[in-house]
Amino acid sequence: MAAESKQLTGFRRPNGAVGIRNRVVILPVDDLSNASCEAIASVVPGTLALPHAYGRLQFGADLDLTFRTLIGTGANPNVAAVLVVGIEPAWTDRVVEGIAATGKPVEGLSIERNGDFRTIEAGARRAAQFLQDASEIARQPVERSEIMLSIKCGESDTTTGLGSSPTTSQVVDRHVAAGGTVLFGETSELTGGEDQIAARCIDDEVRKKFLHLFESYLDRIEREGANLLGSQPTQGNIRGGLSTIEEKAQGNIAKTGTVPVVDALGPAEAPVRQGLNFMDTSSAAAECVTLMAAAGAVVHLFPTGQGNIIGNPIEPVIKLTANPLTARTMSEHIDFDCSGVLRRELTLAEAGDRLMEVMDRTVNGRYTCAEVLGHREFVLTKLYPSA
Amino acid sequence: MAGSDPQEAPQFLVHRDGDHVGVAVTDLEPGPVKGAVLATNRDISAEVRHAVPLGHKFALADRAAGDDVIEYGVRIGVATAAIARGDYVHVHNLRSARWPQSQSN
Repeated sequence: MAAESKQLTGFRRPNGAVGIRNRVVILPVDDLSNASCEAIASVVPGTLALPHAYGRLQFGADLDLTFRTLIGTGANPNVAAVLVVGIEPAWTDRVVEGIAATGKPVEGLSIERNGDFRTIEAGARRAAQFLQDASEIARQPVERSEIMLSIKCGESDTTTGLGSSPTTSQVVDRHVAAGGTVLFGETSELTGGEDQIAARCIDDEVRKKFLHLFESYLDRIEREGANLLGSQPTQGNIRGGLSTIEEKAQGNIAKTGTVPVVDALGPAEAPVRQGLNFMDTSSAAAECVTLMAAAGAVVHLFPTGQGNIIGNPIEPVIKLTANPLTARTMSEHIDFDCSGVLRRELTLAEAGDRLMEVMDRTVNGRYTCAEVLGHREFVLTKLYPSA
Repeated sequence: MAGSDPQEAPQFLVHRDGDHVGVAVTDLEPGPVKGAVLATNRDISAEVRHAVPLGHKFALADRAAGDDVIEYGVRIGVATAAIARGDYVHVHNLRSARWPQSQSN
């Protein structure tokens, strides 16, 4: 059976966007509101609090990115409804209004002049209603083209470039051919291969945008002048045999398929063009996947070498490895073992077929390893210190 | 499951013809090893001079200090010491070209 023929199902939101999960999120605007959000989620099990570290005294581009990430997380089609809690009403309302543009149920509460207790009571009542209403939303048939996919690898080693990335590439090409959209990022991990990505940009405008994002990111890193050994590549990368950032970058690029790059996006910026989109992100797994989910991605493919165990609270993360040692010693984290590619037991096309099947089952509701194990790493990207 | 005999499983893989390094896909001991080039599916053999763990690299060509080292058909860094065919290649004799400060001492 061709993987492409499988009927996919999902949750269609009021704005038409398609999700594969049906989460009710309790979203703090700032660090101060984490406690009441977690309290609400414990009173109403089945809702999901997303505590994070920031949201106070940020300014400029850094504040814009935090708002874009919070609003994008609430707007993600895997989310059915959102309760927003902030310390004061102004920024809370800004997040509520951003999410409300999708047409999904959203409400905000602020803690000043109420305290935690009154906020938790009002929040729990609203969250309970949201959860009951969400439980009536049924899965329905959806098209592959409506599923936004993101890709990012982690704790890479040389098996990433030999096996798990080329396997992911197979799915990227097929997903785009089916009319879908795919996000890739990890700006610093294109180093040495930036010309390869630039050459794949659809026109000069996109190429210029991409190269500007790339050089700006590297300038920021290089301005620090620190010894990057052990950071990029990481100690885990080095243990796995990767020697330089350029070698790591080739393994990263090996997962992006052969399709053109249709746009170059800022962090957490929602894509407007169908096809493979570059997004300017950190290469740290949780930061990167959080930004991609905030841009609307609903399912993630994560090739790993040495065994990165990341998950995301709203976007299911599918892990594959071609490293037989990792597949054996960390099997509870690995959704697809493609080490057969290295032994030449599996062709890349066959590995691609199997990964498509794992992805389709995940879309249709099967939990990933990271979901089962409770990996919910939600990490905002901070551009510079707060005021 | 696709076809090949497990006995034919390669001990190392090379991304492209012309690459200066091969990657061990099983733990290698010093001695003769059999591998394959992914891009062309060509079988090749080599002689490894050191133990090379799974996922680590060894040289398929002699390199002088300062020479580019090619893998995937592109430069992945610069040799920091003379590298002989069969030598273990890693952060002790290879560094980034873009980030010279990314190196061990």
